[in-house]
Amino acid sequence: MTTELITWLIPVPPILAFFLIVLFTNRLKAVSHTLAIIAAFLAWLGSMIVVIRAIQIPHLGEHPISASIPWLATGSTSFDIGIYVDPLTVATLFFVAWTVLMIFIYSVGYHNFGQPKGDHDLPGLPPHGATETDAHGHSHKVISIEPMYSRFFAFIALFAFGMYLLVTTDNLLTLFVGWEIMGLCSYLLIGFWYAKPSARAAMVKAFMTTRVGDVFLLLGIAYLYSATGTLSYQAIFKDPVVLNNLATTPTGFLGLSAAGLIGILIFIGTVGKSAQWPLHVWLPDAMEGPTPVSAMIHAATMVSAGIYLILRSYPLLSAGAEHGMLSAPMIAMSLIGAFTALFAATIAVAQNDIKRVLAYSTISQLGYMIAALGIGAFVAATFHLVTHAFFKALLFLGSGSVIHGMEHGVLHTDNHIDPQDMYNMGGLRKKMPITFWTFLIGGLALAGFPLVTAGFWSKDEILAEAWGNGYWIVFLVLALAALLTAFYTMRQISLTFLGKPRSAAAEHAKETPWTMTLPLVMLAVFAVSIGWIGIPEKFLLIGGLIPNWFHEFVGGTLLEHPEVLPFSIVPLLASVVVSLGGLLLGWLAYRRITAGEKDPLEAPLGSVYTVIKNKYYFDELYDRVFVRPSYWFAETFTYMIIDRKIIDGFLHWIAKISGILGNFFRNYIDKPIVNGFGDFVGEGTKRLGRTFRFIQTGKIQQYMIAALVSLAAFSVLFYYLLVTAR
Amino acid sequence: MIPLSWYLILSAALFCIGLFGVLSRKNAVAILIGIELMLNAVNVNLVAFWRYITPQAITGQAFAVLVFAVAAAEVAVGLALIISIYRRRNTVVADEIDMLKF
Repeated sequence: MTTELITWLIPVPPILAFFLIVLFTNRLKAVSHTLAIIAAFLAWLGSMIVVIRAIQIPHLGEHPISASIPWLATGSTSFDIGIYVDPLTVATLFFVAWTVLMIFIYSVGYHNFGQPKGDHDLPGLPPHGATETDAHGHSHKVISIEPMYSRFFAFIALFAFGMYLLVTTDNLLTLFVGWEIMGLCSYLLIGFWYAKPSARAAMVKAFMTTRVGDVFLLLGIAYLYSATGTLSYQAIFKDPVVLNNLATTPTGFLGLSAAGLIGILIFIGTVGKSAQWPLHVWLPDAMEGPTPVSAMIHAATMVSAGIYLILRSYPLLSAGAEHGMLSAPMIAMSLIGAFTALFAATIAVAQNDIKRVLAYSTISQLGYMIAALGIGAFVAATFHLVTHAFFKALLFLGSGSVIHGMEHGVLHTDNHIDPQDMYNMGGLRKKMPITFWTFLIGGLALAGFPLVTAGFWSKDEILAEAWGNGYWIVFLVLALAALLTAFYTMRQISLTFLGKPRSAAAEHAKETPWTMTLPLVMLAVFAVSIGWIGIPEKFLLIGGLIPNWFHEFVGGTLLEHPEVLPFSIVPLLASVVVSLGGLLLGWLAYRRITAGEKDPLEAPLGSVYTVIKNKYYFDELYDRVFVRPSYWFAETFTYMIIDRKIIDGFLHWIAKISGILGNFFRNYIDKPIVNGFGDFVGEGTKRLGRTFRFIQTGKIQQYMIAALVSLAAFSVLFYYLLVTAR
Repeated sequence: MIPLSWYLILSAALFCIGLFGVLSRKNAVAILIGIELMLNAVNVNLVAFWRYITPQAITGQAFAVLVFAVAAAEVAVGLALIISIYRRRNTVVADEIDMLKF
C-alpha cells in the first residue's frame, strides 16, 4: 500500500465506527467499544506506518507527499480534497494517533465497563453506583456502568475522524471542516451528561465561544481564497511569490497588509479554539465533560488543532517579517500568548478542583506555544505541542484515575463529598501507586524538570529562543509563568497524593483497573522520552551526542530552514531555577495540609487570592456584557417583539384581510351572482313552465280552438308578409 | 243555373256549423257528427266546383266518392275509440277525457 493511500485511509475507520455504533450497535456496549478501539487502532497503525515511512524520506519538507482530487466544482475551478504529509503532519499524526488510542482504551475503564447497571441510573446523568450483595449477604455500593456507554464511543470516534481529517488534509477548507466537526463533538461531549444543568451551560458556552473564533477564521479563509483563488497549502504556504504578494498588498484596515489581516483573522480562530485570552472562558467549564473528553479534546487534540493551524499557516503569518522585525500577526501572537501563559498560571494556583488546575494549565501551555510562534520559534512551538500533548493527556487521564478512585471511596463509605476537590484527597500515593507515579512523571514534565522529562526540553527551547532573539519581556513573562506552573503542579501533586488522607473517601480510594492504568504507563514513557529527539546540538555537555533530529526534520517544513541559535547558559539556568524552585516551593507549602485547613496562600495574598480564585471575574464580566444582552435580544427583542408581534402580526393581518375578502366574495358575489344565476335559470324555467302549463288542459276541443286561432293568425300574418309585400 | 257562390256559401255555412258542433258539443259522438257535417260540407264544395268548373272531367266525382269512403272509415275508427274510452272511463263527455292534462 502506498503511503498516499494509507494517508487517505487514516480518517476512515473512526467515521465508519461512528456510523456503525450509531446505527447498529448502540445497545451492545462491548461491540461498540470494540468497534471504536479497532478503529482507533487502525488509524494509529496507519499513522505509524506513514510516520515511519515519511521519516525516511530526505527533504520531506521540500517535497511533501501530497495528492488531491476535485471535490466541489466552482465554475471553472474546483475545491479539491487531498492529503498532505510533510514534517509538521508527521509530528502531529504521531502524537494524535498515540493519545487518541490511549484515550479510547482508557474510556473503557473510565466508563466502568463490566460493572453492574446502576440502581437508579438514567441516561443523561453520571452513574451513581449499584448495590451489590456478596455471598455473605453484605451489600455495598459499587461504581456502576455508564448508561450512555456506546454513545460516548460513537462521539469520540466522530471526534477522532475530525482530528485525523484536519491533520491529513491538504487545504484549509477541509481543515475547517475537521475543525467544525471537532467543535460539534466537543459540544456533544462536554454536555455528555446532558441532564446536569452545569453541563448544559458549559456545552453551550464552549460552542458559542469557539464560534466567535470560528467566524473570524472563516472570514480569514474567505479573504485568503478571494485574494489567491485557492486554499491548498502547496499553493499558498510554499509559494514565495504568493506570500510576497499577500504581504505587500495593503488592505487599508489598520495599516495591515493582506497577509497581516488574514493572519490575524486566522489567529483569532486559534484564540477561540485553543482557549487563549479573551476567549479562554470555555475551557475550564468544559471540565464538566467526562475526563477522557477533557484529556482528548481539551489537552491533546482539539486545542492542539488551533496550534496546528497557526503552525501550518506560519509562512503566511510571518510573511513580511524581516530579521528582527515581527509581522503584525506575530506581534499579536506573542502578546496574547505570553499574557495568557501568565494569566492562566496565576489562576491555576488558586483552584481546588483537580481538573480545573489542569484546564488552566492547558490554557497556559498553549499560550507558551503561541508566544513561541509569535517570536518566530517555529520548531520550538511544534516541539512543545508534541510534548505537551503527551504529558497533558497523561495528567488528565491521571486525574480521571484519581477521581475514579475517590468515587470508589465515596461509594464505599457513603461519604458524599466532591471527589474532584483536592482538599478532600491526600495520601493517595499509597492507595493508587501506579496513578501516583505516572501523574508525578506527567507533573514533572509539565513543570519542566530538567533533563529527564520531555517538558524540560521543549520549554527550555522556547525560553532559549526568546532569550537568544532578544525578546526580554516575553522571556521574563514565560519564565515567571514557568515558575508558577511548577508551583501549582507540585501543589496539585502534594495535595492529591502526599500527606495523609483528608476524608473518609480518600482513605478508601482504590487503584483503577488496567484499562485505565495501562494508558497512563504508556503515556508516561512518552512523557519522559519524547524530549530526547530534540536535544539542541550545542547543549551543555550532552549536546551533540544525539543529533537534534527534531529540529532538522521539522525545520524543513519552512521555506527557509530556521537557524540554530548559539547556546546561552542564561535561559538554561532560568529554566532549571524556575522549575526546581517552583517544585520545591509547592512541595514545602502543601505537603502537610490536614483536613479542614485553609489554603496557605489565602492569608498572605488576601484579596488577590479571591480575585485569582474567581478567575479575575471574567465569566461574570462576559455574562453581564455579552450573555445577558444576547439573551435579552433573543428572547425579548427578536422573539417577542419582532417574531411574535411584527412577523406573526403581519401574517395575522394578512389572514384577517383574506378572511374579509373571502367573506365579501362569498356573500356579495358568489351567493347572489353566481348561485343566483344558476338558481335563476332553473327557477325561471320552472316558473315559465308553471305559468304556461295551463294551456295543456287535455281537452281536445280546447286544443282545436287553439289550433284554429293560430291558423287564422298565421294566415293573416303570412298574407301580409308574403302576398301583399310582393 | 244558380250561381256557384250559393253552393259555396252553403258549403261554408255547413262547414261552420259542423265546426261549431265540434268545438262546442259535450258528447264525443256529437263531435263526430260535427266532423261528419264538416266532411259533407267539403263534399258539397267539391261537387259544386266540379259541376261548375270542369264538368267533363270525372275527377271531381271520384274525389267526392273517395271523401265519402274516408269519412266512413274515419267514423268507424272514431266510434271504436269512443267505445274503448267509454269502457275505461265510463263517460263520453269530451271534457272529462283529459288524461293528457299536465
